[in-house]
Formats: sequence, structure tokens, C-alpha cells
Amino acid sequence: MDKIVNLSVEVAGVPFKNPLIAASGTFGFGEEYNELYDVGCLGGISSKGLTLHPKDGNDGIRVWETASGMMNSVGLQNPGVEAFVESGIAGMRRFGNVLIANMGGHSMEDYTTGASLLSDADIDMLELNISCPNVKSGGMAFGIKAEVAREVVSEVRKVCRKPLIVKLSPNAENIVEMALACEAAGADALSLVNTFQAMAIDLHKRKPVFNNVYAGLSGAAIKPIALRMVHSVCKQVHIPVIGIGGIYTAEDVLEFVMAGAAAVQIGTVNFNNPLAGRDILDALVELCQREGIADINEVRGIC
Amino acid sequence: MKYIESKILANQRITDDIFVLKVAYKEDDVNAGQFFMLKSWDSELTLMRPISVFKAEEDALWFMYRTVGQGTRKMAELKRGGRIRLLGPCGNGYPCGEIKGRVAVVGGGVGIPPLCHTSKLLHEQGTTVDAYLGYRDEPFALEDFEPWCTDIFVSTEHGEEGYRGFVTDLLHPEQYDVVITCGPEVMMRKVAAMCAEKDVTCYCSLEHRMACGIGACLGCSIRTKNGMKRVCKDGPVFQSTDLMW
Repeated sequence: MDKIVNLSVEVAGVPFKNPLIAASGTFGFGEEYNELYDVGCLGGISSKGLTLHPKDGNDGIRVWETASGMMNSVGLQNPGVEAFVESGIAGMRRFGNVLIANMGGHSMEDYTTGASLLSDADIDMLELNISCPNVKSGGMAFGIKAEVAREVVSEVRKVCRKPLIVKLSPNAENIVEMALACEAAGADALSLVNTFQAMAIDLHKRKPVFNNVYAGLSGAAIKPIALRMVHSVCKQVHIPVIGIGGIYTAEDVLEFVMAGAAAVQIGTVNFNNPLAGRDILDALVELCQREGIADINEVRGIC
Repeated sequence: MKYIESKILANQRITDDIFVLKVAYKEDDVNAGQFFMLKSWDSELTLMRPISVFKAEEDALWFMYRTVGQGTRKMAELKRGGRIRLLGPCGNGYPCGEIKGRVAVVGGGVGIPPLCHTSKLLHEQGTTVDAYLGYRDEPFALEDFEPWCTDIFVSTEHGEEGYRGFVTDLLHPEQYDVVITCGPEVMMRKVAAMCAEKDVTCYCSLEHRMACGIGACLGCSIRTKNGMKRVCKDGPVFQSTDLMW
């Protein structure tokens, strides 16, 4: 008989039945993928990035294939925090896993008002996005300089009554300083990395592919850099870290855990294989059995 | 909608850069104008490619595609007996049930194939269908339209076959109750404008870059008169009067 493997993990006091979380922006509110498989099998789902007010997102091309990855410039198209609280949460709740609301902002007031509204709602965790590269006025601006991030996280902390995850940008001036600043400001956990700011040019049209010129790079191409960043951050902070960045396989998941991640998010791979969440989960059980890992928590941070 | 692996029954070049792919398929019925996300690779390429259904038979689906980039070039290398993955059927499709009377299908380039499956379904429900098919140079798939269409009008840009010029020159929307169009945006805009002038209902099927294909990622959203819509899920078919172009 196959040995039983314990995949359950804990992030900031919240139990996850396994370390796989659907990454914000790739999975909507879970409904579409749930038509293909029971997304309740995942440890959790991080919602499409919300903003206080509804947003239409960016015009022009929004997705672009690149070598071993893709770029996106969706620009946080979302129904707004209020609509999410009124009608989005109930849909996500029926999956029965950890419900994470991801929220970005354009101003300090947006962040604190949104966080306050979400704190009163039926969510399990708030993931604060200070790292979206695709909205001009703000977004990533909060995620570049540690002192700016410290300020926004401190203010949100004052109003946030849910476990607070801060999602970091790899475009931060110094990812470790950024992580330490967020920890000091009261973050309960960190998630990293968001997409790398990147560029594509359509040489036939002789102009940038994206209306915003720069867009976010994700996928397998960024995995080794994301792994390094997660590793260096895990060595320095004392709060749990959720690893993100080009995770396509069960092997990738274990690598991030060995680098110190408490859990991981899978994003771009959902586009390559719409059943990726389920497939990676199945493969992770088998991989742990082959590797003689009875409890995934045993190997956390061993590298 | 399902994600399945399927066997390739044929993959043939029919013009310089147009290929026809036949795959085994015994799943859900496919509505007129629906599409599938296809991939014949693991993770060498990240994204699947949206391709509309050309013909649907009881145990097979046919796709027709033009080699335009990395994905379609990889698909062109596929051999009979090989495997391909399909996600679908995706999108809303044309509302055939609401379409009565005489219908014109107006297609251009690789917008032509989905109109073949559409013509068949309309014909089977007793609707009279005329086809207006505009090609760059060499016509393709004409014989596939013949069983379902009363009249077929063909144009080529330089007069290699049929009318020399644009297929919209041949169309008189007032002769129809509904006009259905799929092809280059410039052609569809022209068709939509002609229909608006004669107060004829017009449905357009849009093409867009997509990532998920199922409505989750918002990578294919467009502005419409009814707000932001996802081409992959709320479309690809829109009534022309909803579009902002």
C-alpha cells in the first residue's frame, strides 16, 4: 500500500489541506476552472486582484507568448471590492478551501478602505498586492521602495482584522529589505514573486506590443530567479512565505518548499494545462512517496 | 466543456499556408461558432491556441488554421496518428435557435472555416443560407459549403477566382433577415455598417489573443456597449450593435 503523505501546511495560523494555491489573476474567482475539475481540491484560491472601485483594465493586447513564459498587461480588470463582497465571496466559499482576497490599490486611502471592507467580509486571508506592474498610477510604485511599502502595510495593518499576506514584486529595489520592511510593518505572511516588468516589441509594426509599453513576465522562465528570491527572503524573515513564480510541476513545488516556502501559488501553468492544479497535486503525493517524504513540512527550508 | 487528449486522424496542407486538421472526438455537441483551445506541445509553448470548428461529425472534429506563428507552425508538423490536446467547446457561438428566415454568412480568410459548421447547423434547422466567401488568392473549403448553402459567392483580391475585389461588394444585406460574419476586423466592420444601414441583424465572431480560453484570466476582454466582455466566454460572437468599433 502507498504510504500516506501529509501535505497539510499552515500559513499565519490558517490551515491549508495542501500547499497549492491558485494564483491571483490566473484563476478568476475559481468558477471557470471548477467546470473542469473540483477546485476545492486545492489548498486555497487567491481571488482576481480587486481594487476598491471597479476597473475596466487596460486596452490593447493583454497577453503575449514569450520563450518559456508569457507576458500580461490585464491591468486589474475587476468588479471592485463591494461587488466581490456582495456576490463573489459566496461563489468561492462553496469550494470549501482557503479563500484569499487579493487586493491592490492606487492610493493609501484605497488600500485602507478596501482592507477595512474586506476585513468585515467572510474571507480567510487578505493578500495585499503592492506589486502589480500593469497599472500606471500606483500599484507597483508601492512595491519598489521598502520605506513606501512599510508605510502602506502599516496603515493597512491598523484596519485589517484578517491574516495579512503582502505580495511582493521582484522589481523591488532589494527584495530582502522589502520583505523585512513588510514584516516589521505587521505582515503575517509574504507571497513572492509577482511578475517581472518586461517588454515586447512587434517588429513588423515597429512599436511595443503593449499599450503600456511594459508588462509582466511570468512562467517557467522566471522560476530560478523566483526560487532564489524566496530562498533569500526565507533566510531573513520569521513569518511564512508563499512561493510564486513559474511553478509548473510537483518537483517545482518541492524545490520551493525546500527553499523555505510554507505554501506555493500556481498561476501561468493553469493556461498551459487547465487541469494543472489537480495534476500537480496528484503528482506531488507520488513524488513525496518516491522521495520518502512522509510530511511535506519535514523538508521545508532544508536548503 | 472538457479538456481531453485526442488522436489526430489527418493534418493536411490545403493551400500555401492553410491546413486542415481532423481529430477524433466523441464528446459534447459543438454549437455554431464555438472554438477549442488546442495544443500539441507540453510546456515548450505556454499558451494553447484558440481555433474554431470547421466541421463536426459524429466521431471527429475538423479545424482549419493558417500558419501565422510558433503555435500554428508546430501544429502544421503534426502527423496522422499523433496526439493533440483539446479544451472546449469554448465560447457562446451563434444563436442559431433565434435565427429565422434567410441568412447570409460572410467570411474572410481563416474566418471562413467556422461559417461552414454554422451553415450546416442552420441548414439542418431549415434556414436558407447563402455564403459570401472572400479569399486573398486561392479559395479553399468551397466544396464543404456546397451541401448547406443555396448560393455561394466568391471573391479574390486579384481575381484568381470569382469576383475580383472584396466580398462585401457582392453583399446586399436587405435580402436577408440575419447576416453572420467572421473574418478580418476591417471586413466585419464593413459588413456591420452595411447591415446597420439596412436595419438587418448582424452577428460578428471576433478573434483575440487568449490565455485561459475559459473566462478566468481576462486576457481577451474588450469594451462593448454593455461593459467589458470576455471574447472567449461572453463571445466570440457578439451582435454588431454591441461592439464599439
